[in-house]
Amino acid sequence: MSTPIPTPGQTVGPFFHYALPYPGDRDLVAPGTPGAILLYGVVRDGAGNGVPDAMIEIWQADPSGRVPRATGSLRRDGFAFTGFGRSSTDRTGRYTFTTQRPGAVGGALPFFAVTVFARGLPNRLFTRAYLPLADDATPDALLAAAGDRSEVLLAREDPEIPGALRFDITLQGEGESIFLAFPGHSGA
Amino acid sequence: MEETVAPQPDPDRHPVTGLETQAVIDAEITRIAHDYEQSGGSETQPRLDYPPYRSSLLRHPTKDLQHADPEGIELWAPCFGERDIDPLEADLTIQRDGEPIGERMVVAGRVLDGDGRPVRRQLVEIWQANAGGRYVHKRDQHPAPLDPNFTGVGRCLTDDEGNYRFTTIKPGPYPWRNHHNAWRPAHIHFSLFGTEFTQRLVTQMYFPGDPLFALDPIYQTIVDPSARARLLATYDHDLTQHEWATGYRWDIVLTGSHRTPLESDVEEGL
Repeated sequence: MSTPIPTPGQTVGPFFHYALPYPGDRDLVAPGTPGAILLYGVVRDGAGNGVPDAMIEIWQADPSGRVPRATGSLRRDGFAFTGFGRSSTDRTGRYTFTTQRPGAVGGALPFFAVTVFARGLPNRLFTRAYLPLADDATPDALLAAAGDRSEVLLAREDPEIPGALRFDITLQGEGESIFLAFPGHSGA
Repeated sequence: MEETVAPQPDPDRHPVTGLETQAVIDAEITRIAHDYEQSGGSETQPRLDYPPYRSSLLRHPTKDLQHADPEGIELWAPCFGERDIDPLEADLTIQRDGEPIGERMVVAGRVLDGDGRPVRRQLVEIWQANAGGRYVHKRDQHPAPLDPNFTGVGRCLTDDEGNYRFTTIKPGPYPWRNHHNAWRPAHIHFSLFGTEFTQRLVTQMYFPGDPLFALDPIYQTIVDPSARARLLATYDHDLTQHEWATGYRWDIVLTGSHRTPLESDVEEGL
């Protein structure tokens, strides 16, 4: 049997707001939970403007580096850490998550896996938001390959908001984010 | 003495709306299709840079995607379970007190990964316009009727064979402002998860024979005709129900998984 060819993607379009967002979608833990952090950023277009009709999803390990296998991302019970979150951007292009810092899985550098959807973007994009690197950290293969652009893959501490991590996503132009193609992705 | 020159009408723009004409968009679509045909390419996904889709101009990355090997968390997908979904969410015709207007239909198919394995117990989300081509969205202000009995939103989990199934209303085409007299072919938006995060897909299902295909810069972002055809549902008379609903079948293939399936994956799916 020949290998099936993947179905093409299409833009999420402008009208996803009454279908994909759901109550608690951006709260992987309840706000106010001890150890909770804010992960936020602005999605910008090639003119530097915030994208008000984008949607960001994250998928992450728990603080101990375990991959969550709990269900309930669409019906948050306030206890299970499901590791999945979805945030549509606001009028200024900002997305937010209330979550925990991901731990390292299998000794790798810890990161949030991120997907980006937007009106005007013909297919979803993948990227990673790494936790800020310790001074003595060795960049992993992806960060090393990114060279002098690797900074766009790093979330950074927000000095104004204790415990907040900021990760901006730039679709085009100066400071353009690094988007990923995994084996099996083609023509994207 | 200064001459006053009467402003010349721009033949590429509609005199009233000021938007570019369909002819301008058609010419770009045709040129890109021709160049692609000449190149002998075999693209399977939409182009991120597709100028006829005007909203994409400032929203596509200009640098090549960076090749990466999935690791850690990326080798797994979020889990969804019975408590996430009410089975009634798969029927978009019973969400309100009355019957929605339009052609009732069943849309069903299988979700497979790139190795042909069924994607079990994963989330499928859909959203769509009503029969008149109107979304329940404050930004959709086109003067078609809103149907008080139709929200156009559905969810289900695939079964153990990877099957999904929705009962809904056939959506209508609708206008948008990409250019003058731009109309989208009727479609249903689909959101899918595989067994690993790298398989995430959002796409649109279309109906066979739609006269708007050649004119639509979003459908045409997929420049390869055979790849575009993968977004077409097939009318299926075996799905059609006597005196009740027409049936359309559409199978979805995600990319391959990079992780060796474990026994526990199968158990978790049960």
